[in-house]
Amino acid sequence: MVVRRRPQRGHRFTESPVLQLALQGWRSRMVGLMLMAAFLALVARGFYLQVINNDFLQEKGDSRYRRDIEVSASRGKIIDRNGDMLAVSTPMKSIWAIPGDARTMDASQKQQLAALLEMSVRELDGKLASDKTFVFVKRQVPPETASRITALKLPGVHDEKEYRRYYPTGDMTAHIVGFTGVDDKGLEGVELAFQQSLLGRPGARTVIRDRRGNIVEDVGALKPPQDGKEIRLALDSKIQYLAYSHLKAAVESNNAKAGGAIVIDTRNGEILALANWPTYNPNNRQHLSGAQLRNRAITDTFEPGSVMKPFTAALALEKGKVRFDTVINCAPGRLTIGNATISDAHPHGALTVAQVIQKSSNVGTAKIALGFPAQEMWEMFDSVGFGQMPNLGFPGEVNGRLRPWKNWRPIEQATMSYGHGIAVSLVQLARAYTVFAHDGELMPLSLLRLEDAPVRGIRVFSPQTSREVRAMLEMAVQPEGTAPKARVPGYRVGGKTGTAYKIEGGVYARKYIASFVGIAPISDPRLVIAVMIDEPSGGAHFGGDVAGPAFSQIAGGALRTLGIVPDAPIQVAEAPLGKGRL
Amino acid sequence: MVRFNMILLLTVVICALGVVTSQHRARKLFQALEGEQERARQLDVEYGQLQLEMSTWATHPRIEKIARDRLHMVTPDAIGRVVTPAAPAPVKKAAR
Repeated sequence: MVVRRRPQRGHRFTESPVLQLALQGWRSRMVGLMLMAAFLALVARGFYLQVINNDFLQEKGDSRYRRDIEVSASRGKIIDRNGDMLAVSTPMKSIWAIPGDARTMDASQKQQLAALLEMSVRELDGKLASDKTFVFVKRQVPPETASRITALKLPGVHDEKEYRRYYPTGDMTAHIVGFTGVDDKGLEGVELAFQQSLLGRPGARTVIRDRRGNIVEDVGALKPPQDGKEIRLALDSKIQYLAYSHLKAAVESNNAKAGGAIVIDTRNGEILALANWPTYNPNNRQHLSGAQLRNRAITDTFEPGSVMKPFTAALALEKGKVRFDTVINCAPGRLTIGNATISDAHPHGALTVAQVIQKSSNVGTAKIALGFPAQEMWEMFDSVGFGQMPNLGFPGEVNGRLRPWKNWRPIEQATMSYGHGIAVSLVQLARAYTVFAHDGELMPLSLLRLEDAPVRGIRVFSPQTSREVRAMLEMAVQPEGTAPKARVPGYRVGGKTGTAYKIEGGVYARKYIASFVGIAPISDPRLVIAVMIDEPSGGAHFGGDVAGPAFSQIAGGALRTLGIVPDAPIQVAEAPLGKGRL
Repeated sequence: MVRFNMILLLTVVICALGVVTSQHRARKLFQALEGEQERARQLDVEYGQLQLEMSTWATHPRIEKIARDRLHMVTPDAIGRVVTPAAPAPVKKAAR
């Protein structure tokens, strides 16, 4: 081509000689094929990603709008037999922070937050000074406060739902209900014993959220949350209150160290009340001491003393060794076995078996006990549950101590007949007395309310024997007996006192445990009530004077609460006006 | 043929819009449901709190204190009591 300054005539573009170069046809086809191949490769890759191996992309896509959220479940309630609330969970918030982000708050924001959380700014700074990536600023914050904190939109401060446990009945039922830790885990009492059923199991759901964070659709599998089961105790909060307040009064008026009381329904072995003193407030557990936490009625054993005597008498009656009115010579109030001497608190002369129980003669009981082999006595103690776990499923239950009969010496057999040299817990004692109340059958105890199905006991004594022992127990609360103060106006009751020395470091100290176990009403037993007062030091120390009045008050109130028809003629002189409690 | 195709196309478009609308409405309804469920949960929580409050007000020590100190009530002695055969129910009612 020749370049000219001014071409004479321009030729059309298509006539450009460059375009008229004849290229070989395969070259264009080659390019076309290559483009086609690249395109096919893309299609194949696309097909592969979208259809064959689509998991990865699907997941990436889902993660843009799908969310797994946890659905919280609450811990089960604990209620008494009438449905009154004993323990209930209510939602709270815990405020947590990412310290690195939260430190960017300015001074006024910090002040606001600290004020809402009722803590000082310095305290708050201390928490945020941590180099961790997660700190709890404050737990168990009321939901209203938490929502005000969220409204401040502070950097790095977040909240989370949690539950707090409340105990409306407080110290009254503290030992039986127990309590949970901050993490909703049972630490004591029923809360611990029934942890598995009370526990709520959170569920999960997968949802689609829109741009504003609203949930627009449920997708995928749903795992419904399971709230914890409601536990209905056998406890009657009214009787519990009676037991608790009278026990407290008895401990205080006798200047005692501690005490315990149990009320059992003899028809089915339900525990209607179980109170201990000293106690604590489960809603505020700062400054707790071991003594307050102790559930004495279940976990402590003691030498019961004379409350054991009816068992010895029952065994003798059952084996036909004595009759109700067999006379036993208890004079002169002392009995020497080997090189040890047993004595009575007040010397008696000749007494019938019934009077031995009524007047609580150690000598008489020992004489009865020496009439049968050690093995028979051991078997009787064993069959009424001494030396065995009460099987309530309650934490800290104890066996007590019942030594094997093979190495009993005669003096030991004699002392055991009146309750020394054997250790039992109050709950074991109360359960053992159900054999007298339930016509010779030992009832299994239950913390939970039972449905109306009849409960079968284990036969230990014949109905005849148990009736005779009940008559003896009723004699013990007559004016000639050891516990006239245990009488209940309007009802016939019976029971046995116990005054035992405490063992400290292996020797008997001059400290006492006063107890009373009674049955009410005698004509058709409904309740067994056991009261134990540890170290009474207000002058009186006999079971009849210390624990007897508490029994009387508890029994009177409980019988009235249960609507049991009085079975005794009213004795006008004995009804103290306006002295009873609600 | 072209007309038939056009009709089909139109049908497809209408169906597609229908799907979109119903999906949208489903989501709206779902949100409403979600809101109501949240409200139910809230009310449930409130109910629990009120129950708690009620049982706190109704503790036996408090009732006894009010009965004795403010209302000057006393427990009737054995003479002042009449026990009817159907006693348990009224006694429980009175306890609340």
